[in-house]
Amino acid sequence: MATDIAVQTPALPAARRKPRPTPLEYGRKRWLQAVMIFNFVFLYFPIVTLIAFSFNDSKRNVTWQGFTLKYYDQAFHNQGLQEAFARSIVIALCSTVVSTAIGAMLGLALYRYRFPLKGPFEGLLYLPIVIPEICMAMAMRSFFGQLDVPLGITTITISHIAFSFPFVAVVVRSRMSGFDESLEEASRDLGASPSQTFFNVTLPYMMPGIIAGALLAFTLSLDDFVITFFTSGPGSTTFPVKIYSMVRQSVTPEVNAASTVLIVLTLTVTIVAMWIQSRSGNKSIAS
Amino acid sequence: MNNGKTIISIRNVYKRFGNSVTAVDNANFEIAEGEFFALLGPSGCGKTTLLRMLAGFENPSDGEIVIDGQVMEGVDPDKRPVNMVFQSYAVFPHMSVERNVGYGLRVTGVPADETKRRAKEALELVKMDRFAERMPSQLSGGQRQRVALARALVKRPKVLLLDEPLSALDAKLREAMQLELVRLQQSVGITFVIVTHDQDEALSMANRIAVMESGKVRQIAPPAELYEYPNSKFVADFIGKMNLFEGKVAGVDGNQIVVESRGLGRFSVPHSGAAQGEVGIAVRPEKIRLDRDKPPSDRVCLRGRVTELAYYGDESNVFLENETGVTVNVNVANEARKTAAAFVIGDELWLSWNPADTLVLTE
Repeated sequence: MATDIAVQTPALPAARRKPRPTPLEYGRKRWLQAVMIFNFVFLYFPIVTLIAFSFNDSKRNVTWQGFTLKYYDQAFHNQGLQEAFARSIVIALCSTVVSTAIGAMLGLALYRYRFPLKGPFEGLLYLPIVIPEICMAMAMRSFFGQLDVPLGITTITISHIAFSFPFVAVVVRSRMSGFDESLEEASRDLGASPSQTFFNVTLPYMMPGIIAGALLAFTLSLDDFVITFFTSGPGSTTFPVKIYSMVRQSVTPEVNAASTVLIVLTLTVTIVAMWIQSRSGNKSIAS
Repeated sequence: MNNGKTIISIRNVYKRFGNSVTAVDNANFEIAEGEFFALLGPSGCGKTTLLRMLAGFENPSDGEIVIDGQVMEGVDPDKRPVNMVFQSYAVFPHMSVERNVGYGLRVTGVPADETKRRAKEALELVKMDRFAERMPSQLSGGQRQRVALARALVKRPKVLLLDEPLSALDAKLREAMQLELVRLQQSVGITFVIVTHDQDEALSMANRIAVMESGKVRQIAPPAELYEYPNSKFVADFIGKMNLFEGKVAGVDGNQIVVESRGLGRFSVPHSGAAQGEVGIAVRPEKIRLDRDKPPSDRVCLRGRVTELAYYGDESNVFLENETGVTVNVNVANEARKTAAAFVIGDELWLSWNPADTLVLTE
C-alpha cells in the first residue's frame, strides 16, 4: 500500500518518498537489525574463530601469525586422535543401526496402535530428549556399575542407543501422521499378504523418516560428550572426549583443526537429514 | 448383463462397534451377477461398513456373507474374489502408473511379461495408456481415479466395490465419469457395487439401489420404482424432492382410499394394500401443475399464494402457501426461452395434481 502511494505521487521530495515500515517489515527496523546482528555474532563468532584459528601458524594460538594447513596435517597424523575418531565412527554406526531399527518400530507402533496408558508411555519415551544429559549420564554409569559391566566401547554404544532411539521414533512417527491407511488396505485387497504389504507399501512410505532419523542418531552419537565421558572406560576414548583431553593440556591449532573436521561432518549430515525431511514433506503435500 | 445368478448373498448381517453402536442392522439381500448395485444413504448410515465387510476389512458381528458360492467368514481381503476402488483412490505414491496397475499381479506371482501385457490392457480400458510412466503426483484427481479403477479391474474380480468413487471430483467431471463407469461396467460385465450418498449418482448409474438409514436397509428397488413408489417417508424424502403432509385415512371406497389432511382437505387416491390411521401424504414437486384458472375437478386442487421463487435455468422452484399455512413446493420446467418469470411473488394460483400421483405412506 505504502509503495502505491509513492508511485502515485512522484513529485514528492526523495526524503519523504521512503515510506515508514509496516508492522510486519521487521527487517527494515534499525533496532531489530541491531538485535539480529548481535545474535548472529553471539552465536557464530566463536565457531568462526575456532575455524579461522585452525589455520593459524602459531603454537600458542593466541594471536594471528599467518595461514597454514600444517595443523590439519598434524591432526591427521596424530595416532591417538585417529584411533579416537575411528572408535567414534564405529560407535556411531552401531548406535545408528540399532537405534534406527528400534526407533522406527516404535514410531510405527505409536502411530498404529492404541493401548492402555499410551499417553504416559509416550511421555516416558520423550524423557531422554528432555532430561538433562548429566542426569542420563549418571544414571547410565550407576546402572552399569550395579550390573558390574566393565565400562568401555560396549557401554558407550548402549548408552548412545538409549538416548538416540526416541529421536528416531519421533521423526518416524511424524512422518507416519501423513500416511493414508487405505494404501495398506488397497495392497491387501489386491492380493498382497501382510508382510508383502509392509515391505511394498508401508516401509517405502516410512523411508524418508527412517533415513532422517538415522542421520540424526548418527550425529547425536558422533558428537556426544557428557554421556560418553561417564560411560567410557580406559582405552575407549572417543573423538570428542579426546579433544577435551587435548584442550586440558593446551589449546593448539591442532585441536581447532580436529574440531573443525567434526563440525563439518555433523553439519553435512544434519543438512542431508533436513533436506531429506523437507523433500519428503513436499512430496506428501503434492500427493 | 443380469442373468439372474446370485453373486453376493448377505444374510442377517449385523455389525456392532462396542456395545452401543450398530452400524449395520440385519442386512438381508442378494446381488445378481452383472448388476450395477448401489448402496445409498446419508453419511453414517452403515453403507461403507457394509461395503468394507464385503471387501473383508471388517467382519460381521453376526450373519453370513457369501460371494460366488463361497462363505466369506475367515477369508482375508487378499483371498476374496472382489477388488475395491477406494474413496481416496489409494494409488501408491512411490510407484509409476504402470507399476501401480501391475501391483496386484506381481504380488501374486503372475509372470512379468503377462503382468506387463495385462497392465497395458487395463490402462487402455480406462484410457490411461499414455500415462503409464507417470508418477501419481503428476496426475490429476480424475486420472488417479482411472489408475485405481485399472488397478482393481486388472485382477479380473467377480465383483468390483467402489467406495464413493466420484465424491472428490468436480461436478462436470463427475457427470462424465458416471456415464463412463456405466459404459465400463457394461463392457467388462463385472458386478459393480457402489457406495454413494449422492442420489443422482445412484439413480443415473445403478440397476438397483438399496437405501439405508441408521444401519437398516429401508428399500431395495430399481431407480424408477424407488423414485415413484418409495415405501416410507424416509425414502420418499431422501430420494429427490418431495412434498410431505401429515394426514389420516378417512375411509375406503373400492380400490380407492379417502385421505384427509388439515391443509389439503379430503380427496380419494388409488391405493392397493392396507392403510389406516395416521399416514404421510406425499406428492413430487414436478407432478404439480400451476394454473391461473380453476383446473378440472378430477384433479386434486388447492389455492395458494407464491411466497418464494428459485430459478435454476432448466427449471424453477416455486413455493406456495395456502390459507391454512401449508407450504407446497412446485417444480416448473422452463420449456420456452424467455427471461421474464411466469409467476411473481404474491400471485394467487391454483395448484393441482392427478390423484394417482399421490403417495400414501404408512411408515
